[in-house]
Amino acid sequence: MSALWLLIIILALAATGFILGRGRAVASVGGDRRKLHSLPNYYGFNVAMLALVPALLVLAVWVVIQPIMINANVSGHIPDALYSDAGQLNLIMSDVNRVADGLGDALRQGVITAEGIHTLDPETSDLRALLGSVGVAIGSDISADILTAARLLRDQSTTGQRAMTFVVLVVASLGFLAAMRMTSGTFRARNTVEYGVKLLLIGAASLAILTTVGIVLSLIFNTISFFGMFPAADFLFGTTWSPEGRGGSEHLGILPLLWGTLYISFVALLVAVPIGLFAAIYLSEYASRTTRAFAKPLLEVLAGIPTIVYGLFALTVVGPLLVNVFGADGLGWMQGARSVMTAGLVMGIMLIPFVSSLSDDIINAVPQAMRDGSYGLGATQSETVRQVVLPAALPGIAGAVLLAASRAIGETMIVVMGAGAAARLDLNPFEAMTTVTAKIVSQLTGDSDFASPEALVAFALGMTLFVLTLGLNILALYIVRKYREQYE
Amino acid sequence: MSDANFPVGARAQSSLLALDARTKKRNAAEARFRAYGIGAIAIGLLFLMVLITSIFAKGMGAFQQTFITLNVELSEAKIDKSGTRDLEAIKKITTFGYNPLIDAALAQALTDAAIDNPFSKGKDLRKMLSSSAAADVRDFVIANPDRIGDTVEFHLLASSRVDGYLKGRVSRESLTRDKNLTPAHLDLVDAFYGAGVVSKGFNLPFITGADASESRPEQAGIGVSMLGSLYMMLVVLACALPVGVAASIYLEEFAPQNWFTDLIEVNIANLAAVPSIVFGILGLSVFIQFAHLPQSAPLVGGLVLTLMTLPTIIISTRASLKSVPPSIREAALGVGASKMQTVFHHVLPLAMPGILTGTIIGLAQALGETAPLLLIGMVGYVASNYPSGLVDGFMSPNSAMPAQIYEWAKRADPAYYERAWGGIIILLLFLMCMNIIAIILRRRFERRW
Amino acid sequence: MNDMTKIEKVAAMQDIKITASGVQVHYGDNHAIKDVSVNIQDKTVTAFIGPSGCGKSTFLRCLNRMNDTIDICRVSGEILLDGEDIYDKRVDPVQLRAKVGMVFQKPNPFPKSIYDNIAYGPRIHGLSRNKAELDDIVEKSLRRGAIWDEVKDRLHAPGTGLSGGQQQRLCIARAIATEPEVLLMDEPCSALDPIATAQVEELIDELRQSYCVVIVTHSMQQAARVSQKTAFFHLGNLVEYGDTDKIFTNPEDKRTESYITGRIG
Repeated sequence: MSALWLLIIILALAATGFILGRGRAVASVGGDRRKLHSLPNYYGFNVAMLALVPALLVLAVWVVIQPIMINANVSGHIPDALYSDAGQLNLIMSDVNRVADGLGDALRQGVITAEGIHTLDPETSDLRALLGSVGVAIGSDISADILTAARLLRDQSTTGQRAMTFVVLVVASLGFLAAMRMTSGTFRARNTVEYGVKLLLIGAASLAILTTVGIVLSLIFNTISFFGMFPAADFLFGTTWSPEGRGGSEHLGILPLLWGTLYISFVALLVAVPIGLFAAIYLSEYASRTTRAFAKPLLEVLAGIPTIVYGLFALTVVGPLLVNVFGADGLGWMQGARSVMTAGLVMGIMLIPFVSSLSDDIINAVPQAMRDGSYGLGATQSETVRQVVLPAALPGIAGAVLLAASRAIGETMIVVMGAGAAARLDLNPFEAMTTVTAKIVSQLTGDSDFASPEALVAFALGMTLFVLTLGLNILALYIVRKYREQYE
Repeated sequence: MSDANFPVGARAQSSLLALDARTKKRNAAEARFRAYGIGAIAIGLLFLMVLITSIFAKGMGAFQQTFITLNVELSEAKIDKSGTRDLEAIKKITTFGYNPLIDAALAQALTDAAIDNPFSKGKDLRKMLSSSAAADVRDFVIANPDRIGDTVEFHLLASSRVDGYLKGRVSRESLTRDKNLTPAHLDLVDAFYGAGVVSKGFNLPFITGADASESRPEQAGIGVSMLGSLYMMLVVLACALPVGVAASIYLEEFAPQNWFTDLIEVNIANLAAVPSIVFGILGLSVFIQFAHLPQSAPLVGGLVLTLMTLPTIIISTRASLKSVPPSIREAALGVGASKMQTVFHHVLPLAMPGILTGTIIGLAQALGETAPLLLIGMVGYVASNYPSGLVDGFMSPNSAMPAQIYEWAKRADPAYYERAWGGIIILLLFLMCMNIIAIILRRRFERRW
Repeated sequence: MNDMTKIEKVAAMQDIKITASGVQVHYGDNHAIKDVSVNIQDKTVTAFIGPSGCGKSTFLRCLNRMNDTIDICRVSGEILLDGEDIYDKRVDPVQLRAKVGMVFQKPNPFPKSIYDNIAYGPRIHGLSRNKAELDDIVEKSLRRGAIWDEVKDRLHAPGTGLSGGQQQRLCIARAIATEPEVLLMDEPCSALDPIATAQVEELIDELRQSYCVVIVTHSMQQAARVSQKTAFFHLGNLVEYGDTDKIFTNPEDKRTESYITGRIG
C-alpha cells in the first residue's frame, strides 16, 4: 500500500473520530451541552487530532528513514572489490537504485512478472534494453552484483512498506481509541486541543530552523564527499579553474571564481551605492510629498523586476551597447558582449532601489532634533545632511551596503547570462569572467554524474557562497540593529 | 568668568538683505548637492525607462507572427490511397507524405498571384514555411478524415527567417551566410505579401502553445510553462500560507522570550537574505537526491519556492498581526475567551488583509524566481506537452515561465530572443496584476486604529 | 490691544532688537498665531509663557524662520530684525539663523565629539582662519556656556556621553559659538532635573549682558526668575506683554490673571 493511500485512510479515520467523539461527548451528558466542559466540537477535534497526528509523524519519519537504512544495508552487501572509495560506491548505489526503480516500473507495466525478477540472469538477458523499454536509461551494462543488490533493495523496500502500513495503522487506531476513552463531560477537551494546536504552531515556526539545518547539512555532506575526492587545499587556494568532463579534473581552484564574484559585485556597488544613496537623501530630505509619492514607488519597480529580465537585458541590450563603445570597433578593450562590466552595471541597476529604500529608512530614523539643531545654527540643508545626518546614519548605511553586497554576491541569473563562462584572474573589467553562482549552475546542470567531483564541487562552491553571504548578513543585521537601538 | 571681552556680534554689522560671499558659495554648494540628488533619481528612473522600453521594443514582436495562407488540396491519391477513410491507414502516412501537397499548394499560390517560380525543387520553395507545416496539415486530416479530397484553406506558420524579414530582424545581407533561406525567397515573400498570401497576424499560439524544438522558434509558445508556473504557485500558496501564518502567530502571540524564540527569529532573518541559488541546492539534495521526488516537477519547484518565500510571508504577517491593537485582545480575553480563541476569532480576521497582501507579494517574488529552478532541472526540459491532469500537473516534468524564458535566451537565436522578451512581457503582466491586487487590498482594507 | 501705547512708550526707552507686527501663522487649516505684534528688546531676557498649544513655540520659531522647514506652515505679517524684514525675499534663512541662534527643548548634541559640536557652527560659517583660532572659539564658547571646567579634559569624547544638563549647556555653548545676536530658547529646561535647571538659568541670566535672549517656558516660576519682560500667549493670541514684575503681580487681562493663579493652563 502506498503512502498516499495510507494517508487517505488515516484522514478518513480522523474524520470518523471527529463525528464519533463529538457524539460521545454530547451523549455522556444526556444531550445537555451546558454540562460539557468544552464546546462539543472540541471533543471531536481531540479525537481527530490524536488519531491523525501521531500516525502522521510516524509515517513521515518512516518515509524518510527507510530509504536511508535500506541503502546503508544494501551497500554493505556490495563486494569490496567493486569500489575503492566512497565516490565509486555512490556511483554504484545510484545504479542499483535506478535498476531497482526500473524493475518496479517494469513489473507495474507488465513487462515482467514478480517471479521473472527473481530468475533474471544478466548473462542471458539484455537488462538494459528491458529497462530502457520502460523508460529507465542505464549508463553501463548491469553486472550480477548490481542486480543482486537491486533485488535485495526491492525486497527490503517491500517488507519495509508493509511494516510501515501496519505500524501507522496501529498508531492511528491506538490514538483514536485512547481519545475516545478520554471523552466524557468533565474532560477538558478545549485545553487539550489548544495545547495540540500550539505544538503545531511551534512546529511551523521551527520550519525556519529546519530549513537552515537542511541547507547546512546538504552543503556539508556533499562538500565532505567532495573533499574526499579532491584535496581541500587545491580547491581553496588553486588559481586555475578548468573542470574536465567526467572525473579526473586537476584544477578546481575557487580563487578565480571568487575574484570574478567580488569584482562584479564591486562594480555593481560602485553603480548602486552612490545613486541609491543620493536618491535616498533627496527623497527623505528634499523631495516634496508628491515627488516622493511618485518617485519612490517607481524606483522600487526596479526591485520588483525578476532577475531573469535583468539577465536578458544584460545579454541583449547592455552587452552589445558596451561592445559598440569599448569593443573592437571602438576602444578595443572588449572581446564579447559578456563581461564584468556588463553584469556589474546591470546588477548595479537592480540594487539601486535596494540601497535607496534601506538608506531611506535609516536616514528617516535620524531624529528630527538633530536636523533642527543644525538648522538652528544656520547650516544649509546640504551641510546638515553631510555633516550631521550622514555621520549619524553611517553605521546603518554601512549595514545597508553590506546587505547589498551580499545580494550582489549571491545573484545568479545576471551573471549566468551577462558575465561569461571563462574563469579568469584579470583586472580588465571588460573581460569576461565567471562567478561562484554561475559555476554552481553550470556544474549542476551539466551532464556530469552527481557523484563525480565535477558535480560535487558545486556544493563546496555553495558552501563558500553560503558562509560568505551569511557572514555579511549577520554582520549587517547586527550593525543595523545596534544603530536602531541607538535612536529608540 | 574671564570672558568679558568675548567678541559678541563681531560680524553683526552686515545687513541681512545682502548675501555675503560665503553664503553665496554655500548656497551654490547646496544647489550642487540638491542637483546630485535629482540626478541620482533621474538616472534611476532613466534606467527604468530604458529597461521598459527595451522590453516592449524587443518583445512586442513575439505577439505577431507571419502566416502563409494556402489552399491545400487534400488529395485522396496521396494520403488515403485505399479510399476507405480508415484512420489507422491514414495515420501510417508520415509528415513526409504531406510535403507534396504543400508543394503543390505553394506552386498554385504562385500561379494565382502570377509570380514566377525561381526554384526548380519544391523543397526549396517549402523553406518559406515552418517545418511544422506538414504536421499541421496531417493533424487536420486525422481530426477531419471526411475532408479528404477537398481543398482546404490553411494558415500555416512561415519559417522564422521569413517572419524575421517581415519584422525587420532579417535582411538580404544577413542571409548571405544563412543556408536556410536565400534572397530569392525574400523577393517571393515581398510579392506574396503584396498578394495577401503572406500576412502577419496576432500570435495566439505563442501565449497558449507549447515549447518547440530548437530549429522551430516560430512554433514555440509559453502556454505549457505558464501552466507549470501555475501549479508551482498552487504548491507555494498551499504550503507557504498556512505554515507562514502559523509560524507568525506563534512568534507574535505565544512565543516566550527565550533562546529558542531567538534562534527562530535569527533563522528567519537570515533565510530572508540567503541567495536563492542556495535554496536550489537545498531542493536538489533534499527533494531530489534524498526524497527521490521527480526531477523538473512543479511540485519540487513549488516546495523550493515555498521555503524561499516563507520568510517574506512570515515577516509581513507578523507586521500585520502586530498592527492589531492590544485592546482587541484584551476585550476578547475579558469576556473569557481563551488565548487561542482570541487569536483565531479576533486577531487573525483583523490581520487577514495584511496577510493576504504579504502573501501575494511573496507569490509574485516566487513567480519571477529563476535560479533555484535551474538546479532542480526545470531548464533544459522542453515543455512540449500539456499536463494530462491534476496529479500529472504537479508530478510530471514541466518548465516554468522564467525557466522557459532562460531556456529560450540560451538558444542564442534572434528569433528566440524575441520569444524570450515576449515571455518577459507576459511574466511582467502577471507580476503587475498581482502587485495591483495587493495594493488594492491594502488600500481597501487599510485600517487606522 | 489697549496697552499698545504703553508698550511702545517703554520700548522707545530701550534698544529694540526685534519688531513683530501683525504676524499670522497657519499650519495647514489650523490658525496657530493670530495677529501678534510685539517689540523685543536687546540685552534683555524676554519670556513667552502660556498653556500648551498656545502658539508660543510656534511664534519663537518664526523669529529665525525655523518654520520654513515645515512644508505646511505659512507665515504672514512682518518681523523686523534691526529694522530689516527677515521674511524679505532677499534674506537667506541660513544667514539669518547665524544671527538668531536657537536652543531646543531636548538637548540635541550631534553624534560627534564635544569639540566638533562646538566647532560645527564656526566651521560652516567660516569664522576662523586656522586651527588655533578655532580652538580659541571653542574654549571661549564652552567657558561662556559654563561647562568648560567639566569638559576641558575630554574635548574629544562624544557629546552624547554627557549628562542631560551638561548636554543642554553644550547646546547653548554651541549656539553661542556662531556669535549670534539673538538667542532663542525653546523650553530649554523642560528635560532637565532641578539642579541642571538652576545651572542653565544662571547661565541665561549671564547671557543677558551680551545677547537678546527670548525664552519659551512652561514654568511661570522660571519666567519670573530669569526674565525681565514677559509675554503671555493664549490660543494663538498675544494677550499681554510687559515687565515681568508687573505681569506676575498686577496683570491687566483677566486671562493672564487666571493663568497665573492656575485657573487655566
